[in-house]
Amino acid sequence: MTRRHGTRVVDAVYELTVNGQPRQVSGAHAGDSLLHVLRDRLGLPGAKNACEQGECGSCSVLVDGVLVCACLELAEAAAGCEITTVEGLAPAGGEPGDAALAGDVLTDVQQAMVEAGGVQCGFCTPGFVVAVHDLLDRVPEPTTLEVREALAGNLCRCTGYGRILAAVDQVVAVRTGRPS
Amino acid sequence: MTRVESPPVRGGPAGGRVGDSPVRPDGTPKVQGRFAFSSDLHAEGMLWGRTLRSPHPHARIAAIDVGPALAIGGVSCVVTAADVPGAATYGLISADQPVFARDVVRYEGEPVAAVAAEHPDTARRALAAITVTYEPLPALTDPEAAPGADPIHPDGNVIRRIEIVHGDPAVTGDVVVEGSYEVGMQDQAFLGPESGLAVPDGEGGVDLWVATQWLHEDRDQVAACLGLAPEQVRLHLGGVGGAFGGREDVSMQVHACLLALAAGRPVKMSYLRDESFLGHVHRHPARMRYRHHATWEGDLVRVDAEVLLDGGAYASSSAAVVANAARFACGPYRVPHATVDAVCVRTNNPPCGAMRGFGAVQVCFAYESQMDRLAARLGIDPVELRLRNALGPGDMLPTGQTITGTAPVAECIRAAAAHPLPPPPGDGLLERPGGAGRTDDPGRTRRGVGFAVGYKNLLYSEGFDDTSEARVRLEAGVATVACAVAEVGQGFVTIATQVARTMLACDAVVLEPPDTVGVGSAGSSSASRQTWMSGGAVQRACGLVADQVRSALARRLDVAPESLSLTEDGRLVGPGVDVGVAEAAGDEVYEASAVHRHRPTTPLDGTGQGTPDVSFVFAAHRAVVDVDPDLGLVRVVQIATGQDVGRVLHPTQVMGQIEGGIAQGVGLAVMEEIVMDGGLVRNPSFTDYLVPTAADTPDVLATCIEQPEPDAPFGAKGVGEPPTISSTAAVAAAIRAATGVDVTRVPIRPWDLV
Amino acid sequence: MTVLVPDRLDDALAALADDPAPTVLAGGTDLMVELNYGRRRPRDVLSLRRLTELRAFHVERSGAGPDEVVLGAGVTYTALLGDELADLLPALAQAARTVGSPQIRNTGTVGGNLGTGSPAGDTLPPLVALDATVELASAGGHRRRLPVSEFLVGPKRTALRPGELIVAVRVPVATGAREFLKIGVRNAMVIAVASCALVVDRERRTLACALGAVGPVPVRDHDAELWATTRLDWDATGPPHPSVVEGFARRMAAASRPIDDHRATADYRRHAVEVMARRALERAWERAA
Repeated sequence: MTRRHGTRVVDAVYELTVNGQPRQVSGAHAGDSLLHVLRDRLGLPGAKNACEQGECGSCSVLVDGVLVCACLELAEAAAGCEITTVEGLAPAGGEPGDAALAGDVLTDVQQAMVEAGGVQCGFCTPGFVVAVHDLLDRVPEPTTLEVREALAGNLCRCTGYGRILAAVDQVVAVRTGRPS
Repeated sequence: MTRVESPPVRGGPAGGRVGDSPVRPDGTPKVQGRFAFSSDLHAEGMLWGRTLRSPHPHARIAAIDVGPALAIGGVSCVVTAADVPGAATYGLISADQPVFARDVVRYEGEPVAAVAAEHPDTARRALAAITVTYEPLPALTDPEAAPGADPIHPDGNVIRRIEIVHGDPAVTGDVVVEGSYEVGMQDQAFLGPESGLAVPDGEGGVDLWVATQWLHEDRDQVAACLGLAPEQVRLHLGGVGGAFGGREDVSMQVHACLLALAAGRPVKMSYLRDESFLGHVHRHPARMRYRHHATWEGDLVRVDAEVLLDGGAYASSSAAVVANAARFACGPYRVPHATVDAVCVRTNNPPCGAMRGFGAVQVCFAYESQMDRLAARLGIDPVELRLRNALGPGDMLPTGQTITGTAPVAECIRAAAAHPLPPPPGDGLLERPGGAGRTDDPGRTRRGVGFAVGYKNLLYSEGFDDTSEARVRLEAGVATVACAVAEVGQGFVTIATQVARTMLACDAVVLEPPDTVGVGSAGSSSASRQTWMSGGAVQRACGLVADQVRSALARRLDVAPESLSLTEDGRLVGPGVDVGVAEAAGDEVYEASAVHRHRPTTPLDGTGQGTPDVSFVFAAHRAVVDVDPDLGLVRVVQIATGQDVGRVLHPTQVMGQIEGGIAQGVGLAVMEEIVMDGGLVRNPSFTDYLVPTAADTPDVLATCIEQPEPDAPFGAKGVGEPPTISSTAAVAAAIRAATGVDVTRVPIRPWDLV
Repeated sequence: MTVLVPDRLDDALAALADDPAPTVLAGGTDLMVELNYGRRRPRDVLSLRRLTELRAFHVERSGAGPDEVVLGAGVTYTALLGDELADLLPALAQAARTVGSPQIRNTGTVGGNLGTGSPAGDTLPPLVALDATVELASAGGHRRRLPVSEFLVGPKRTALRPGELIVAVRVPVATGAREFLKIGVRNAMVIAVASCALVVDRERRTLACALGAVGPVPVRDHDAELWATTRLDWDATGPPHPSVVEGFARRMAAASRPIDDHRATADYRRHAVEVMARRALERAWERAA
């Protein structure tokens, strides 16, 4: 490790903690976004690259439990943080298997998105899944307006958001035991 | 061979037949982030490709020096027009667009060169190192001036002109209303950027995984430009992050293949958002002049329409778009006499082509604005005026074509009008115009209600021989479907499994990854055609498999095949027999291919007459808006709709199409526009090209009008486009009602209202 | 490019003393876009992510003047929306709510908003209207303070000197009503077409107003403020006299220097300023009563 004026200079090879696992990053360029490193160095394409300017939310991830756009995080600066991507949301034991036939373990939000029709092309979907989890962890019973405002950073071009809002409603109903 | 993950999608458990709402077979990998979009693909040893684009809307290229780019470490190769071995140009209808500009660039963003490098950032630095000497030319950016201006392309400045003369052009009405209208340039703004992975096969050919709307058409265009036989170019569908027409044209396909063949290594290309805005066609901006004649009672007598579409620098699908604009220029009404003059011109603006609604959107805004003017002039309720003139089965269109299928226009109008109106706005910030910006003064908010009806064709028109092929294999109770449909989000994958389950009474359905290798063309995922065309192909192939099973069963039972009838739910029924096709098939393997064709259509003649269309689809929208009249800020509160769907095959997916299409219509009404300035795009980003967020979309109330279309498989009409056609016009009408401002242009900007 | 991620402020300041100084990365909502799109290639980038000391805030009691909220430069928009800060600095909270999306508000910082110095920066009008000062530090223990209105010198230009880092913003706690209004063509994730921050203190009989996105820097017009202050009937119980409201709004519109761009026309911006100033004054007056 090199230091300059007492400050650590991030080396060409560094380590990120992603979904609870330490991951070595090599071959990245200095200045690469966390999004690029996740997708193209660590083989985690769940965070999407729709705009790379923080305007679409398709790359939503949690850094130390905070919902952010991975495209606006400098990868090197995220070293030492706990990074959670859509791939790390499913409960333990939910190793990706064959989707429909082998009964994957999905989170309630993922399940509701599929069932309520919140998925069309699916490009925004992982970002929505992460953002909805974040919202419902902070606000267990949001009003429709709260949901709309909280999800306004996640663009969807297919659904017009109707079925996504229905999916959120379904999750809240199940979690709180009220009729959907 | 490089391995690229593109696994088959598998249908879920039983219970997912036509009319049910089974979950999408690709839903689970999509919510897990495991679904492989074309921008997610990776191959061992792959390079990153990037495109160098013209900064000028019109310029001569004096020189290109790629040397400095090649000198950068990590740069593998650079290709320019000089490196295109086959056809120098490509295009959907006419091949007028260069793979790379050679002597002249005709729009901002036109590709000039492409590079492949080890890291995307290296590729970007290489682009910056290429020296292109441009000699700027005057840019032709005014479509009105295009026909008379010096040609900016060897094919001339008029891409296509259509004239329709119907009835007696001398007839006049008691009342005449006139108006001029304008529609701005909308973008598809699909979320998945243009992207793909080209892998050379080591024998001169190439495999390309790509997000597209039509694999086989891309294959043919790419092969021609590469100078290869079509079978040397194999296209595979990479996951598609939305399309809406914007992926009908080739974007990075040829470039990636050229780079991969030049480098001898896999090359991935994935546009950034600014490049995406420059790298695909847009919805045509339109200028329209209308004159409507009617009787005092409110019967339309005659419509005169002039439509000018800005096609931008290259033809794309403009010839078909302008034909649609012409054919549907008079709206879903009985119009006994009409003259339509529609022209699409070439300019140095960005190329325009297909977008959801395809020419029908622009004219709908104009003719529906006219209908409101007419209603006001006559003192007739706008909804009543529309009902009075609504098309129905057997009516004749301005092309002279008679509607032979269903046309529930009046039913759509009544259904939209019957929905409950929303309550007055509440106190929540997001319930007020201006939202979290807190600009609203509750005492000043004005509510308005507007109405609009629209229609367009389903499937390809004007004599196009439109087909789709499918192959179905039934083995051990599992149906495997091969069909080269581009799943772009619309949910054909779900429909295909429903059709197979329904026809074969099976549970498990596997869809093979779509490609150009194993099956013929499915045609384009556009024109609301795949449910009909490829649904029809899957249905036919299943029917052939069922016939085989029936024959085998008949042999086993030693009865005549005719004594066993095949029911609509996939059962073979005869004396003492009632068994599902899949069950009857047992362990035998059955397989069949089928091609679906719709009935033939004809080109338009010199006066725009003919039988150009197969079928029509209609929708009505009622919009409710709240407007801050002092600031011109609008909140779209609710859209109610009645939509002609033929038959609902998947209720949840139909609702998703309706809500999604309405969101795009609302976007065009109040915020979405590519802003041009002297041929330069001013807002190529999601920061400044605004699409509706979850905080902007209205509540949607929808009624599906189910009148099965006689010609259509299962009676189902495509549902994707109608929500986008008249929702824009309805919002515009509501804003007029709220403010009293006679807006004649969409999108409506705040400064248009104050 | 090298990336520096200091753990302590002093280390960051030492690194910033280098020539050329590294480019500072605060939340990243501006700089990362430039990096992603290859529009900027700084030689070195200094990330403030680990400087937790910059993420804190506290209230400094003052004997003479008003109390001051000292916001660390790394305080995020989301933090501004938290109960305590929203109570102390409501106009800043209102502005923060209009910034981008939850993701952006979790990332972007008040120091970054100042450092970027965009004419459309959403926190800038409230900071200017509240007479906030920015605190700058450099190696060797040097510190200086500048009014925000002097710190912002042009579009994306500030008075920051080489080697300096924005470490805090000191915001006097106003006692009256504070209002922030912003116009965008969308309900969320929208850059301001125009914005207006207004502070009315009926006890001290003061009024301050700053406009955003209608000039190279936030626009204040002390003459207009004085004009209104001297004409408002501070003892009245009802709404302010319409002629004062109208006159003040017209003066603010006249003080604005908007431009035509792809987001709006200059004429509309000027008109919008007038409407917003009018509504802000009416609203604040009532709230301050």
